[in-house]
Amino acid sequence: MALFDYAPAPESRAAAGDIASTYGHFIDGEFVESTGSEALKTVDPSTEEVLAEFAQGTEADVDRAVAAARKAFTSWSALPGAERGKYLFRIARIIQERSRELAVLESIDNGKPIKETRDVDLPLVAAHFFYYAGWADKLEFAGYGANPRPVGVAAQVIPWNFPLLMLAWKIAPALATGNTVVLKPAETTPLTALRFAEICRQAGLPKGVVNIITGDGRTGAALTAHPEIDKVAFTGSTEVGRAIARTLAGTTKRLSLELGGKAANIVFDDAPVDQAVEGIVDGIFFNQGHVCCAGSRLLVQESIHDDVMDALKRRMSTLRVGDPLDKNTDVGAINSAAQLARIQELTAAGEAEGAERWSPSCELPSAGYWFAPTVFSNVSATHRIAREEIFGPVLSVLTFRTPEEAVAKANNTPYGLSAGIWTEKGSRILWMASKLRAGVVWSNTFNKFDPTSPFGGYKESGYGREGGRHGLEAYLDV
Amino acid sequence: MTKRYACRYAALVSMSSSSTVSGRLAASGLAEVASSEASLRRFLHGLPGIDAVGLQARAAGLGTRSIKTTAKAYAIDLAISMIDLTTLEGADTPGKVRSLCQKAKNPDPGNPDVPHTAAVCVYPDMVPVAKEALGGAPINVAAVATAFPSGRAGLPVKLADTAEAVAAGADEVDMVIDRGAFLAGRYLEIYELIAEIKKACERPDGTTAHLKVIFETGELVTYDNIRRASWLAMLAGADFIKTSTGKVTVNATPANTLVLMEAVRDFRSATGIQVGVKPAGGIRTTKDAMKYLVMVNEILGDDWLSPDWFRFGASSLLNDLLMQRQKLASGRYSGPDYVTVD
Repeated sequence: MALFDYAPAPESRAAAGDIASTYGHFIDGEFVESTGSEALKTVDPSTEEVLAEFAQGTEADVDRAVAAARKAFTSWSALPGAERGKYLFRIARIIQERSRELAVLESIDNGKPIKETRDVDLPLVAAHFFYYAGWADKLEFAGYGANPRPVGVAAQVIPWNFPLLMLAWKIAPALATGNTVVLKPAETTPLTALRFAEICRQAGLPKGVVNIITGDGRTGAALTAHPEIDKVAFTGSTEVGRAIARTLAGTTKRLSLELGGKAANIVFDDAPVDQAVEGIVDGIFFNQGHVCCAGSRLLVQESIHDDVMDALKRRMSTLRVGDPLDKNTDVGAINSAAQLARIQELTAAGEAEGAERWSPSCELPSAGYWFAPTVFSNVSATHRIAREEIFGPVLSVLTFRTPEEAVAKANNTPYGLSAGIWTEKGSRILWMASKLRAGVVWSNTFNKFDPTSPFGGYKESGYGREGGRHGLEAYLDV
Repeated sequence: MTKRYACRYAALVSMSSSSTVSGRLAASGLAEVASSEASLRRFLHGLPGIDAVGLQARAAGLGTRSIKTTAKAYAIDLAISMIDLTTLEGADTPGKVRSLCQKAKNPDPGNPDVPHTAAVCVYPDMVPVAKEALGGAPINVAAVATAFPSGRAGLPVKLADTAEAVAAGADEVDMVIDRGAFLAGRYLEIYELIAEIKKACERPDGTTAHLKVIFETGELVTYDNIRRASWLAMLAGADFIKTSTGKVTVNATPANTLVLMEAVRDFRSATGIQVGVKPAGGIRTTKDAMKYLVMVNEILGDDWLSPDWFRFGASSLLNDLLMQRQKLASGRYSGPDYVTVD
């Protein structure tokens, strides 16, 4: 046993507030039961304990939600921007006031550590609402014409990795620009979206402006295919993104997609190595690697490969894996059994194809879905773990010799969401950034988010941008 | 990290070998690093750079660890046992120093199970007073020397300052480097100064006073400079490296102490030689001390979690630790009237 063993420092589960045993949808300002009888369960992935049942949205439910949003659109879009901004500011403040409750609820439902929900997710959620609240009465200065109009009713489908943050990315710009929304949270993490519905009521948001409808992919398919919507915003897998694009082809509906990634984190021999190691760890083990822009491919200059691997392994040995509600936990639970199975399948393929697997010794809880932080070295570009998105705490390490080779290897992926560059040489950062085909390029940092900064992908990582001034465009008729 | 760098660098310089500290340096290829100003500069400037934002983020991240119950009790006692209880004022009198020594021996009169501090830290002329007051207690006397705090004096003065402290019985010498020379790029001069002072730390019986080398990080300013100063001091034979004097605006911070910790970690990995770390100045609360101990724990590990390898240069910190200790034991916060003012 270590000399300085941290005692458990659990955040109170009770802080999450009351979790109902069953949930319906939030339509037209009211919590309503589903027209169907099918119910799904959401579990705490760290214990497999069932947290609540929630409705599997039917086509009739989707009809009602879209109708409510359509009805609300007329008056909401006619409100002066300053009035819409007032509601958004109010929502942002309530989120700040209830941030502990929301952070705990998010950790329980998602499995991510409280340290992250508390210090990353919730501050960013509030910041996003504050930021777009500020735009609501300034749209004429956004560069989209003198009087930019909203698109209409937006269908928004979000993933389970950052449930509340993805909700904020979708709802805040949509409402600021005068749209109304029907949002479907992921089927493994519906609770914070339903809690957000309470916040909409608390803020006095007009009925029907925000509608939340739960369910799995069938509900999502019904929603995105609905004839009365004007726009679809989707964040999730490339496979589902393709299906949505096919559905919408030939219609006048707009589409923005934020899909998968296989980002390169590129470390040069003149990098600030200690910070680069932190960036590598943040890049792939933040949020258990359930991050579309995760730095899942480490490209390290061959001359410092062994040094970096030693330092990385030493650092990984200090990662604390366990109870998401413990304030000292660095890596929490994998979100679902299905995701765990996918990670296991891909890592097994990595070993079978000859890559060298390493994990620090760490004791994993017996119940729940867990996967130890893992790094693969001797990975070559042909391996599946170098090409496919694992979406878990698994890093694949490749080497390069020259900046040109680094660019070629970094861009050698169907994806193009993000990239990282680690070097003390400013001119190289600029040169690399201009060559990398990725929507976000971080230099000497990784996984930094800010509502003022646009985010989005190249190639199969999607199209359209969220965040910043650019994020307004997806919800304006321009 | 720097192990392989050191080995690569070694190819540029000649080698020698023995079984002593200099032998270990030689074995790791670092013995000849200081053979010339050019060689020393090449080595120090070849160390990996530090990204300030990333470094500060890492230090802040470790600062969010939640240390509760048993872990807190352990850390409070450990912190007390690591304190160099310090008075470095123009107004220091024998009475003040004696009072400080009593506090070091018995920090909390109501709780005899409270550990004593590691050392008391005074100016050289107060060493005899401190030695006498401490009697046979297992508490070291540390003396600041070499024209502390500015270091603005010639070598003979610095050597005499050190010799006086050692002759008076100082167990530890806290020297300052010449920041002017460092900022002017005269690294070899500082290397030689440290080596000279190290010699002056030798006692007639062959033992030596422990040498702590103070950088005054607030005057070196950049983290790259602090990393270079750390390696420079360790190569020259420092037993401990110490952030600051407590006499300037910016003293120890989690980020600059983290740089020192990374340096001693990498130096041991390159040479096998373990060097201690002492942040000094500005650490006043238990909460602050916990953050430093978390850094020791997660950056350096068990090998540094003892007063032999980590110290706090502080004065008011002790009373805050005692108040937190009382609160942890009794469940109540009794307040400053229940710890002694010295």
